[in-house]
Amino acid sequence: MVTTTPPIRNSRRAEGASRPGDKVFLGLSRGSGITLLVIMAAIAVFLTYRAVLAISQDSTNFLTTSEWNPAGQPPVFGIAVLAFGTVVSSIIAMVIAVPVAIGIALFISHYAPRKLAKPLAYVVDLLAAVPSIIYGLWGAIFLVPYLGGLNKWLDDYMGWTYIFDKSSDGVARSLFTVGILLAIMILPIITNVTREVFLQVPKMHEEAALALGATRWEVIRMSVLPFGRSGIISASMLGLGRALGETMAVAVVLSPSFVISGHLLDPGGGTFAQNIAAKFNEANEFGRDALIASGLVLFVITLLVNGAARWIIGRRKEYSGAAA
Amino acid sequence: MSHNAIQDRPPVTTTTAVKHDPLRHARLPRWTPFAVAVGSITAAVGLGLAAGWHSRIQWGLVAATFFVLATYVITTKVEGSRQAKDRVATSLVWVCFILAVVPLLSLAWVTISKGLEVLDPYFLTHSMNGVLDAEAGGGVYHALLGTIEQVGIATLIAAPIGLLTAVYLVEYGGGKLSQAVTFFVDVMTGIPSIVAGLFILATWNLMLGFGPSGFAGAMALAILMMPVVVRSTEEMLKLVPNELREASLALGIPKWRTILKVVLPTAIGGITTGVMLAVARITGETAPVLLLVFGTKLINPNPFEGAQSSLPLYVYEQYAVGTDAAVARAWAAALVLIAFVMILNLVARGIARWKAPKTGR
Repeated sequence: MVTTTPPIRNSRRAEGASRPGDKVFLGLSRGSGITLLVIMAAIAVFLTYRAVLAISQDSTNFLTTSEWNPAGQPPVFGIAVLAFGTVVSSIIAMVIAVPVAIGIALFISHYAPRKLAKPLAYVVDLLAAVPSIIYGLWGAIFLVPYLGGLNKWLDDYMGWTYIFDKSSDGVARSLFTVGILLAIMILPIITNVTREVFLQVPKMHEEAALALGATRWEVIRMSVLPFGRSGIISASMLGLGRALGETMAVAVVLSPSFVISGHLLDPGGGTFAQNIAAKFNEANEFGRDALIASGLVLFVITLLVNGAARWIIGRRKEYSGAAA
Repeated sequence: MSHNAIQDRPPVTTTTAVKHDPLRHARLPRWTPFAVAVGSITAAVGLGLAAGWHSRIQWGLVAATFFVLATYVITTKVEGSRQAKDRVATSLVWVCFILAVVPLLSLAWVTISKGLEVLDPYFLTHSMNGVLDAEAGGGVYHALLGTIEQVGIATLIAAPIGLLTAVYLVEYGGGKLSQAVTFFVDVMTGIPSIVAGLFILATWNLMLGFGPSGFAGAMALAILMMPVVVRSTEEMLKLVPNELREASLALGIPKWRTILKVVLPTAIGGITTGVMLAVARITGETAPVLLLVFGTKLINPNPFEGAQSSLPLYVYEQYAVGTDAAVARAWAAALVLIAFVMILNLVARGIARWKAPKTGR
């Protein structure tokens, strides 16, 4: 009986392939899948090609130079400032957004009154769809003036930490502000994914903890958080990927300069994406190649971050990641 | 024996238990959190007024800190440290929620109130042709037209490819190729929009020598849209019960007709939702449009030739101009954009609820 199964499957496949309609349909759908792979490969290949064209003309070290002047004679450009700004603003965003997002996810899944929970989840879904340029506009016109007070307070009382020391006057168009804005922007996506994982915690685990007399917080610490740990990590990585590649909000809020400064509250600095958006219009063809080279670095970084997130998700089959 | 042991217990213990029942701790009354909240907000406002702080955010933060500390101290005194931790966790979760809601509400409120100042039928039906930066007036028609054309073309490219890829993954999948496609679709979801723009710039504009056009922007948008369509369609196709496929195949219907006539119609609601959500997502993308479509003040109905404009790009340009009139226009265009995206979202979710696939349970 066992041996009869494979022949049936084989014959069905053979029959299916013999029909012309099936052949065409399979070809079309497989072709689409291959098209996607080709696009991914093409992105990597063409960006690398243009980047190599640019970097081979660069008169300094591309990775460690903190200057951007591809039109100069000889051309001088490097990504040190951009890498620093991108990493710092993303770290600030993550430090703020991840705990708050976990809090909101717990609120929706375990704390909110039942009637409130569903509409709330819905609203968070909608917020994830707000275009980034609108966050940017709001950030530049509303958040920046409001953060003046907070910046002054941080400077007065935390100035001794060096990073919160505000050495120059001026509005809060700093990496710190960018980090806060990015945190607000990535909150919805981290919350969404985390909440989905929290809802999948087996009811039995929670009820067992409750039956042992645990308080609600102990239930969360003993059963919800351990179960959701990998989900939280991967959600954070997805958020990090967004924060790293965010262009318009940063371009609108930051007042860029090509200086690496540990004083986070000072205006200045830059990120990969912001620099591309800001320098694009004035760049000639070689300048555009230089920008493409910096874009390639961004591409590789986000690829690594997202790949790691997917790998962590992939180890847990129960969670599909569809909402991402 | 055990029976005896139970009876041996002197009845005295029960009376002491009634006096000092270990199962019932002292509890704080239910209104305690409200009282503590009112108290800490009053204290923070008083402190803020006394010290002359201008930032309302600071007041809120101080109030939140007071609230958490007061809750902890009071609960530890009355209910013990485990309950105290629980209450602190509860209040922290509430604080997180409020912290997040404040900026998001402010964003919605500001966009709506500022946008409505300028938004009227004239704004929707006129372009910026001949309007000076500092001058009020002008409109968003050219940008709206550009957005609709670019997003339309992007959807025409991305939706069929995405749909067929999802069909391949679910209906024909299982091999090495489908594993690779699944992985790279996931990775593709995370491509920064500006990188997609740079890719089209490197190939279409720099290597093939075409100028900026709506079509170039649409191609970049299509790259961003494809993985989203694939993921959502895949999830929907997986929900279609296998019995339906088997019933159709058992009737001798070829696989491709089974997919077209049975599987896809069953999942059509969810697939439509996914495509519309993807459309909503790319509508707000600014970066690739900035690189590839370039922006113009004029109405250019031809997406294949010459610079166009688009809503998010218009918002960016008007903000960059910086005059009062221009910033007011930026807010109005932002409101149009957000309304467009939200309507797409709401309709998509409506369809999802209305046409949810019957999973047989």
